[in-house]
Amino acid sequence: MSVIRAEFEGAVSRAEAIRREADEPHSKLVRFGPDKPLKLDAGVELTPFQIAYTTHGELNAQKSNAILICHALTGDQYVIGDHPVTGKPGWWETMVGPGRPIDTDHFFVICSNVLGGCMGTTGPASKDPKTGEPYELSLPVLTIRDMVRAQAMLLDHLGIEKLLCVTGGSMGAMQALQWAASYPARVFASLPIAVAARHSAQNIAFHEVGRQSIMADPEWRQGAYYRADTFPRRGLAVARMAAHITYLSDAALHRKFGRQLQDRAALTFGFDADFQVESYLRHQGTIFVERFDANSYLYITRAMDYFDIAADYNGVLANAFRGTKTRFCIISFTSDWLFPTSDARHIVHALNAAGASVSFAEIVTDKGHDAFLLEEPELFDIVRGFLDAAAKSLGIKV
Amino acid sequence: MLAREPSSQAGQHSGRVDLVVITGMVAQNSRVLDVGSGDGHLLRLLAETRGVDGRGIEISREGVNHCVAKGLAVIQGDADIDLADYPDDAFDYVILSQTLQATRRPRWVLEQMLRIGRHAVVSFPNFGHWKIRLKLLFRGRMPITENLPETWYETPNIHFCTIRDFVELVRQLDVKMERAVAFNSWGRPVRLNAPWWFWNLFGEQAVFLLSRKT
Repeated sequence: MSVIRAEFEGAVSRAEAIRREADEPHSKLVRFGPDKPLKLDAGVELTPFQIAYTTHGELNAQKSNAILICHALTGDQYVIGDHPVTGKPGWWETMVGPGRPIDTDHFFVICSNVLGGCMGTTGPASKDPKTGEPYELSLPVLTIRDMVRAQAMLLDHLGIEKLLCVTGGSMGAMQALQWAASYPARVFASLPIAVAARHSAQNIAFHEVGRQSIMADPEWRQGAYYRADTFPRRGLAVARMAAHITYLSDAALHRKFGRQLQDRAALTFGFDADFQVESYLRHQGTIFVERFDANSYLYITRAMDYFDIAADYNGVLANAFRGTKTRFCIISFTSDWLFPTSDARHIVHALNAAGASVSFAEIVTDKGHDAFLLEEPELFDIVRGFLDAAAKSLGIKV
Repeated sequence: MLAREPSSQAGQHSGRVDLVVITGMVAQNSRVLDVGSGDGHLLRLLAETRGVDGRGIEISREGVNHCVAKGLAVIQGDADIDLADYPDDAFDYVILSQTLQATRRPRWVLEQMLRIGRHAVVSFPNFGHWKIRLKLLFRGRMPITENLPETWYETPNIHFCTIRDFVELVRQLDVKMERAVAFNSWGRPVRLNAPWWFWNLFGEQAVFLLSRKT
């Protein structure tokens, strides 16, 4: 009885914690008042709004060693260090920190929660100052370009004119690419990992499955679940389960689970989680709903779907980068079928056509799209080499 | 195609010589694509001595890593496939150093080079060199030399040619041969006024600078 009660209380306090983080995050926060509205691609202005972010390392006197890390769909600003809601380590501890490839002993790392997120940057769970209630679905639909515009305002606030590098994986890589297209003069180097210049039909399709799953949950209540003090747990969990499959690979799933059974000697002839892979996915769904907002998931997946840089330049991707001085390093993974190497090469060809300075490497791994988050020594080598060379050419000691 | 191993070329004096000659053929401050960049040795040499704006293609990820760590812009790719994706006239020079014999379609690669760049620089080992001829003549087996140390079944070099073969291909392609240099086994240039048969016999390596006629 007491165990159940403790779990229940844990869940309640965690729900409260998530809701609190949306408006009053643990991390650093900057609020932009009515004098600094954010112009959105939807054609309206968002004001006031706020950005939650973390920084690591020291900004040098010339302000030339700043690296902006952009997080992926379900990431947040807690790139390293304990997460205030889950208590778990940051999402890119393998890559970022003292002595790591993105070395905080040499670089000033900034990571902000994306626009539409739920960890302190304005999103659907944030309080709409006009009503005092969460925005829910009254928040305009957002784009990757909007996210980047907001980040540019954060940099203005921090007094950083030019980034040494902007990097990230997946949706973070979309932002790294969009940064180079939107603000070429502010980006010395762009390092997109597991990237595409537009979201493919297959990827939009997967996102639609996720969104429909959330919206099919009666607890979603047309997005108004905050007021009802409920949450579309099942819908969001299923969305996460489906998405999680796309982040892995057939080979990785086989290596990890095969057809092994979960805590049982034989098939049960029922619909419980007989297989380890089922149990694993259910677990992924369950822990995800404890830290992520369902409406945020709708908004951010939509932003990814709308992403198509070439569309902003008469359908010619190279035109997005004409005359750019930014140096690029693009990285893909052999087993990534969500953002496959062909998508990365498409960008490389466009950058070549634009005469840009571009490097490209394809890393052999069976870990799929999520390889950018995992232990991949080859990835670390090339990131370190690229950043150190960029830093050296700017006279930054590494 | 052949990935120049990060250290194998730099350690051989003959390899060095061909890189020095190539560097001398490239105009100051030009745009250069190095096909088969290896560890980036040539691209770096070109940047430092000629101020070129260089790019590379390299098939091995280790090679790409070495290049990126040197601040060079190098793409992991296969010359036999990826040259097709470069726009026309993107470069002043496209360089293929000790790689021609390892491509699957040498003629196509040369055509692509002269589409992408106004000039092409090609260096290759001469299979008509007297040492190779002697080995074939007396031993009757595929020659293994200091410069070409792999057995026939392990070598990436699938399209060996002699200097005369190459000259014939250049004629067929209808391009201008601007300069041609051959070295003997001691890395010294073969006499410039010597006839082709002499070059073909005593040149262990050759470097050609080609240009489009139009």
